[in-house]
Amino acid sequence: MSAVTLNNIVKRFGDYTAVHQMSLDIEEGSFVTLLGPSGCGKTTTLRMIAGLLDPSEGEIAIKGKRVNDVPIHKRNLGLVFQNYALFPHKTVADNVAFGLNYRNVSKEDARRKVAEALDLVQLPDLGGRYPKELSGGQQQRIALARAIVIEPDVLLLDEPLSALDANLREDMRVELKRIQQSIGVTTVFVTHDQTEALAMSDKIIVMSEGRVEQIGAPEEVYNTPASEFVAQFLGASNLLSASCTGVSGGEIAVELPGFPRIVIPKQRAPTVSAPGPVRLIIRAERLVLKPEGTVAGEELGVDAAVENVDYQGQSARYFLRVGEQQLQAINMIDDHPFPAGSKVTVQLRAKDCAALPVEART
Amino acid sequence: MSIEQREARQPWILLSPALAAIVMLLIVPLVFIVVYSFWLKSAAGADTPGFFLDNWQEALTDPFYRDILLNTLKIAAITTLVCALLGYPAAFFIARSQGNKVGLLVLLMLPFWISYIIRTMSWINILGVSGALNSAMIWLGIINEPIQMLYNETTVILGLVHFLLPFMVLNIFVSLDGIDTNLEDAASSLGATRWQGFLQVTLPLSLPGLAAGGLLCFVLSAGTYITPVILGGPRDAMFANLVYEAIIRQLNWPLGSALSLLLLAVLGVLVIIYNRYLGMAQLAKGLG
Repeated sequence: MSAVTLNNIVKRFGDYTAVHQMSLDIEEGSFVTLLGPSGCGKTTTLRMIAGLLDPSEGEIAIKGKRVNDVPIHKRNLGLVFQNYALFPHKTVADNVAFGLNYRNVSKEDARRKVAEALDLVQLPDLGGRYPKELSGGQQQRIALARAIVIEPDVLLLDEPLSALDANLREDMRVELKRIQQSIGVTTVFVTHDQTEALAMSDKIIVMSEGRVEQIGAPEEVYNTPASEFVAQFLGASNLLSASCTGVSGGEIAVELPGFPRIVIPKQRAPTVSAPGPVRLIIRAERLVLKPEGTVAGEELGVDAAVENVDYQGQSARYFLRVGEQQLQAINMIDDHPFPAGSKVTVQLRAKDCAALPVEART
Repeated sequence: MSIEQREARQPWILLSPALAAIVMLLIVPLVFIVVYSFWLKSAAGADTPGFFLDNWQEALTDPFYRDILLNTLKIAAITTLVCALLGYPAAFFIARSQGNKVGLLVLLMLPFWISYIIRTMSWINILGVSGALNSAMIWLGIINEPIQMLYNETTVILGLVHFLLPFMVLNIFVSLDGIDTNLEDAASSLGATRWQGFLQVTLPLSLPGLAAGGLLCFVLSAGTYITPVILGGPRDAMFANLVYEAIIRQLNWPLGSALSLLLLAVLGVLVIIYNRYLGMAQLAKGLG
């Protein structure tokens, strides 16, 4: 049974449509991420699941039961906000116990559950403190403890890591995933950060302008983007105009000026079904720079000129020119980076390329 | 002079105009009043300087003064309570209105453009014997004779509420406006109804504003003297009216000084007690 089902959800604010005809099935116990830039409708979707917003059209079901008319306080959901939203006038223990007050839980059980929840987020000794005495990371753990102590049917996380600084964010990412797995709660996570989405999710829903662009496992979304938007939003990609010159059983052939003929496995271009113009997608980290003239083994070689170098310590981002095309490559630095102005041979593997048919975009 | 010395001096230089004004306009006159309160009024005309406790004895022992002081505190307390009950929903509405908060706040401040005395006197046109309310009720046939509604304790409280309500609303608004709306959403996600969430989260977090507004209303109404003159009857004098009587009518400056210091002391003690429990920091926030 699905934990959450959205059936043709539409949300309008006046003339503006924030979410278009969205349908979604979230499996019990899975970690699902709504990923997209700000204004893509991901938070609006989350707030509709939470019951903080009413959908203009469509149905929302939690555990198979329609909840459109169920007010938020009866939905049994755990909600975690970007700004923690802890009650500043209550102690940590009272914050965590808050939801238990509205459930038939005895005082003793409540105390035990609060202690367990604080243990789970690894802050067992902070029950007597007030939120303002805690660091941002600690506050977010307490907010998480408060949301899971009520054993919610679904845990909803609205950019919970965005307010933390970079190092802490990575720790919390691991921590959050650990907690989610240990209690097995169905989780819907909203973020604009592709790294978080890729690292934590069982399934990613990429959204743009109120529409779902792609639904898939992290690797699937990363390796086989279903649209140019997804290719560009997740990681640094090169999108090149090319033409498909042949489709055979398991492979498609792609040609573009300055490059050798590239034969891409069909599963990397599932939507290309006939010869014609295509978009060739190559991840920046899949283009490997070598000194000019390096003989390629199985790999394809392309002659390129380095136009600019963005030095990042362990890696460098190169801005390359191949004929009329501009490309980006991100390589680990071995010894020294290639200087701007140098001629290089760029190696790539056909199986690292993906392709999309070029459609008339509306 | 070293840089440290100069920096240590800088705040005092910046404060000096304000300090000078406070010393000249508040501290010095207050000292005069304290000194005056120990003098004696003599029938001859000129007061007798000295250290006499007669005024203080009269102010502290005469039940007439005690009763009026207690009545003043009672009226101030009722006014504060009514302002809180009327002001909270209004402040809540303004704080939560999606649209034009600034516009609503301007409307709230609008009455201050008209003199307080004129606003108070407007009640005579509404509640007077030939006022709007009586005329309307006679025209509708509800009553045959005009009712005497003015010049009692209720109209004094009415006038005070009219005057002080904006202060209360403003203070509560500032408190409510600073509360993260996510807190209420968090409370309802955890199972609290809107009302439970309000009682558990919003109300406690807005208490400082309510307390500051309450203190302001209480002190201002306890010290009022115009409202009872305009809207009160002969028996509705408040304590400040006694000070006025003593100084302006009887020309008894020493007694008037003692009475005004008594009111100051009582309100001062109440403020200290209040502050001990509710904190003053919010008052500055509410006024700013």
